[in-house]
Amino acid sequence: MRSVLPILTVLIAIVAIWYAGAVWMNSAWTLAQAERAEAELTFGEVVADTMRQERPRLPAPHQVAAELKNTVIDKKVTSKRSLVFHGWITLRSTLAGFALGTVVGLLMAVSIVYSRVMDMSLMPWAIISQTIPIVAIAPMIIVVLASIGVEGRGVPKAIISAYLCFFPVLVGMTKGLRSPDAMQLDLLKTYGASGWAVFWKLRLPSSMPYLFTSLKIGIAAALVGTIVGELPTGAIRGLGARILIGDQFGNPIMIWSALIAAACLAAGLVTVVAVLQGVTLRRMGFGR
Amino acid sequence: MGASLADRGEAGSAVIAARDLDLTFQTNDGPVQALSQVDLDIGKGEFVSFIGPSGCGKTTFLRVVAGLEHPTGGEISVNGMSPDEARRQRAYGYVFQAAGLYPWRTIAGNVRLPLEIMGFSRAEMQRRIDEVLALVDLSGFAKKYPWQLSGGMQQRASIARALAFDADILLMDEPFGALDEIVRDHLNEQLLSLWKRTEKTIGFVTHSIPEAVYLSTKIVVMSPRPGRITDVIESTLPQERPLDIRDTPEFLKIAHRVREGLRAGHAYDD
Repeated sequence: MRSVLPILTVLIAIVAIWYAGAVWMNSAWTLAQAERAEAELTFGEVVADTMRQERPRLPAPHQVAAELKNTVIDKKVTSKRSLVFHGWITLRSTLAGFALGTVVGLLMAVSIVYSRVMDMSLMPWAIISQTIPIVAIAPMIIVVLASIGVEGRGVPKAIISAYLCFFPVLVGMTKGLRSPDAMQLDLLKTYGASGWAVFWKLRLPSSMPYLFTSLKIGIAAALVGTIVGELPTGAIRGLGARILIGDQFGNPIMIWSALIAAACLAAGLVTVVAVLQGVTLRRMGFGR
Repeated sequence: MGASLADRGEAGSAVIAARDLDLTFQTNDGPVQALSQVDLDIGKGEFVSFIGPSGCGKTTFLRVVAGLEHPTGGEISVNGMSPDEARRQRAYGYVFQAAGLYPWRTIAGNVRLPLEIMGFSRAEMQRRIDEVLALVDLSGFAKKYPWQLSGGMQQRASIARALAFDADILLMDEPFGALDEIVRDHLNEQLLSLWKRTEKTIGFVTHSIPEAVYLSTKIVVMSPRPGRITDVIESTLPQERPLDIRDTPEFLKIAHRVREGLRAGHAYDD
């Protein structure tokens, strides 16, 4: 219970700064309107107006909250205006991309740990792949996939998402699979253990703490990848599409509510992985 | 090349026989001679300690016996075979400096590890786990995780793990080095009684003179640069060794000779 106070303090501070920012950024428009109408506004009137503009530069928190309530709770989930509907589209691609990225990252980590050639040849490309901006590569992935006959946006989005999320898994698992020390490897050698046994009985279990840390980063990256995959591709469904449409129609409240929804989704996904991590590691006896 | 060694081994019932053993490590600072002309026979059922300052090659010798290092000269046989063959036939259990238990396995699970790798049946595994845990006095701790045990108990569990597949030879590399003296005394006593009951051949690396004298039937004194044997002392102590045997004149005499051997090895070093 003692941690409630600091958490609330930070939350209140964030909301306060947000409100202050809304007043500061939106007042220019209010004042310009007033000038045009040749009206004198009191400070109170200016502040009140910055809170209820239809197209504010920075929507106030309660405007975003109202939009969220409207699009999450009031709309039917099958409606094209429901954020739950768009969130589900994004979540589906994120999970597919996360699964794909994790498998690819794992396989690459195993091959890198077991083969020096792979370590020398694969690792540099993996690093280079992450230096290319995802927004630049996303449209190309869609074009290439479309030209080989992959229809729809689900698969390309999952691949773009996997493109971002394989890397933390690769790096974490490479380190994790290499984490057993010389003594532990020698011990298995004295048993005449096969490489197979060394992997399953020592390397893989040793890497579990690394795996879950990587998965936490990976799933957040997968969500970012999916949203980015929805942005430059003219998608009409998904949280990324909502951000894009909000931008095109000059509707910041829509953008911000989609952003908040994406953040909540990310927090939820990371929490799920964290809970899995806690349960698994405690059951494996790592918890101490 | 191993034939003559094997013959000799049977004749003198030497389980481990080394002739003119050399081992040179290539390092960035040039070659380092870890072992030079090591000649040694270890008979069945002997308790042999290797003592000497760090860098004298005592651990390296043990690793050569285990096939974890390969000599650059000379011959070595274990049970009349090359160390690699002996390892494949599970001739020895190895206990390292640190217990090295897997944190994700219970004590029983850790002891089961070599048995799983060697493909024992489920029932046989359970029988052996119960047996060796009783042998090291850890019967009630099978379901505990390593972090729930003290350092001494963890090391006992690692000894149980090395005993689980019932190899005739037990190689121990400073197994009690990280433990405090009281725990150490206790474990020494237990190790001695375990050795008596199981009749294993034990190779034991240490840098404690009292530990070496108290435990061994044979003490091998080594010195560094190059790593070599300077003295081999056959213990005259009786089989039955209560802890207070360490105050007897005979004990002190042997300890004195070990100390002299260590000093001789160091003499032209300073």
